[in-house]
Amino acid sequence: MKVLAVDTSTVIATCAVMEDENMLGEYSLNQKMSHSENLVPMIKEVLDSLNLKVSDIDLFAVAVGPGSFTGLRIGIATMKAFAHVYDKPIVGVSTLEALAFNLSFNGLIVPIIDARRNRVYTGIYKWEKGLLKNIMEPTAMEIDSLLEILLKEDEPIMMNGNGVSIHREYIKDRLGDKVYFAKNIHNNCRALSIAELALEKKDHMEGVNYYNLVPEYLRESQAQRELKKKESDAQ
Amino acid sequence: MERYIKWGVDMNKDIITLAIETSCDETSVAVMKNGREILSNIISSQIDIHRKFGGVVPEVASRKHIENINMIIQEALDEANIGFDDIDIVGVTQGPGLVGALLVGISSAKAIAYALNKPLVGVNHIEGHICANYIEYKDLEPPFTCLVVSGGHTYLIYVKDYTEYELYGRTRDDAAGEAFDKVARALGLPYPGGPVIDKLSKEGNPAAIDFPRVYLEQDSYDFSFSGLKTAVLNYLNERRQKGEEIIVEDVAASFQQAVIEVLVDKSIRLAKEKGTDKIAIAGGVAANEGLRQLMEKRGKEENIQILYPSRILCTDNAAMIGSATYFNYIKGKVSDLDLSVAPNLELI
Ligand SMILES: [Zn+2]
Repeated sequence: MKVLAVDTSTVIATCAVMEDENMLGEYSLNQKMSHSENLVPMIKEVLDSLNLKVSDIDLFAVAVGPGSFTGLRIGIATMKAFAHVYDKPIVGVSTLEALAFNLSFNGLIVPIIDARRNRVYTGIYKWEKGLLKNIMEPTAMEIDSLLEILLKEDEPIMMNGNGVSIHREYIKDRLGDKVYFAKNIHNNCRALSIAELALEKKDHMEGVNYYNLVPEYLRESQAQRELKKKESDAQ
Repeated sequence: MERYIKWGVDMNKDIITLAIETSCDETSVAVMKNGREILSNIISSQIDIHRKFGGVVPEVASRKHIENINMIIQEALDEANIGFDDIDIVGVTQGPGLVGALLVGISSAKAIAYALNKPLVGVNHIEGHICANYIEYKDLEPPFTCLVVSGGHTYLIYVKDYTEYELYGRTRDDAAGEAFDKVARALGLPYPGGPVIDKLSKEGNPAAIDFPRVYLEQDSYDFSFSGLKTAVLNYLNERRQKGEEIIVEDVAASFQQAVIEVLVDKSIRLAKEKGTDKIAIAGGVAANEGLRQLMEKRGKEENIQILYPSRILCTDNAAMIGSATYFNYIKGKVSDLDLSVAPNLELI
């Protein structure tokens, strides 16, 4: 089974092709250009190099977030269209889970993605019997609130993600010796992780298809939040 | 049979276009046969969602587009009774519009074009509005004069040939449709303001209040509506302060009259200068009854034929994008897969 996987949730665009257990190709670019311009040419380059066409792909895998709203929509719209044209399955994978999947660590794995203004997208993961378990659901929160939660944990903690470079010193100050930071190469989501997770998940994704797959924003739009506030103030 | 080749394209064969339009708050997908025949034109409007915000919220619009897009694509294919294999070209709105909203359509369109190995054509939304007239009038051919009026744009254009335009006038501040929205809000009327004001105008007296007609320099084809908008706001404030009654219908009718008189005068003047016997109206405001009637009345006096698309083709729709795609394609304009969105794309 051939999987095409894509992640455009951060400034890095990454795509990969995997066939069952084997990586066939991976292409990642950290270029502050629009994903909209890069993504399809990038996918084309990988597929062309492998002598493959979109019609050869059996499963489409895409990072559904959290992350940049616009970036997520570019990746998801692209992959939904591929899956639609050839009526193939599509699987959405959490960006946070894919980040945690990069690390093998005996303790809590806490990926953090920058959500601006001292907020992060985060979740807590742990390997149990060779499976990555989700301990705390993905959410958006203040970095301080996350550290409060982690302070109460006894287990060692390993953090990764693009939020680390922003908050590293502060986290170290608050959590001290029980926190470890992943190597830089594990701070970014890789399409291969998305591909492998998609292969694991594909049989448990009933009802997900190219019509209804949407980003997991974890945050309402600002306008929605303001409207809600206005409505609750009025009551 | 002799084959008719024009611009290097075999014109004996039908060209099927899948067109996608997501520049604002309508998710629309159409299937067109050549430049003028609609096989399907599905429009999913988000207007009810945006109404409670009093205007289009870009992030909300983008979220709705990604939720709906593939369903709308399938509906368009089903209604046209074709499959992806039958598509010859993929067209998409490149701009102008909301960047996040445009990105959903352009990402889908690129992926479909690449997956099918078919040409991709990025088109200008404003050009789409003009092309809506080719769908409505099967024999219409350039040259003609065209007034494009919508929520975001006001252009006076000489359509020299298919895909060739000369821009004569544009708004220096608010677009005509924008002025309608702002005045409607001041009158406590719901969004969008255009249709409501148009409806109320029928019951009001257009000569009740003497709002200014802004013509700018004598030979200018440009427009300005912010002064008029301010005059309406000042009028309303004064009345309210004095506790005097405001007849909403009269305000609406007098305001609308002030807008459309200038639009019509300048359009007629350009048609005469360019010697065209046709004026086409395009864009959302082309659905305005008052504008259509005054244009037709003046057209009759001047022996100029007035054209405008049916209501559904005036709103944002993908059929018009499909038409623009076709005419650009046969003239050799094909986009690369790194096509970028152009939120401020100009027509010329
Ligand atoms: Zn429009």
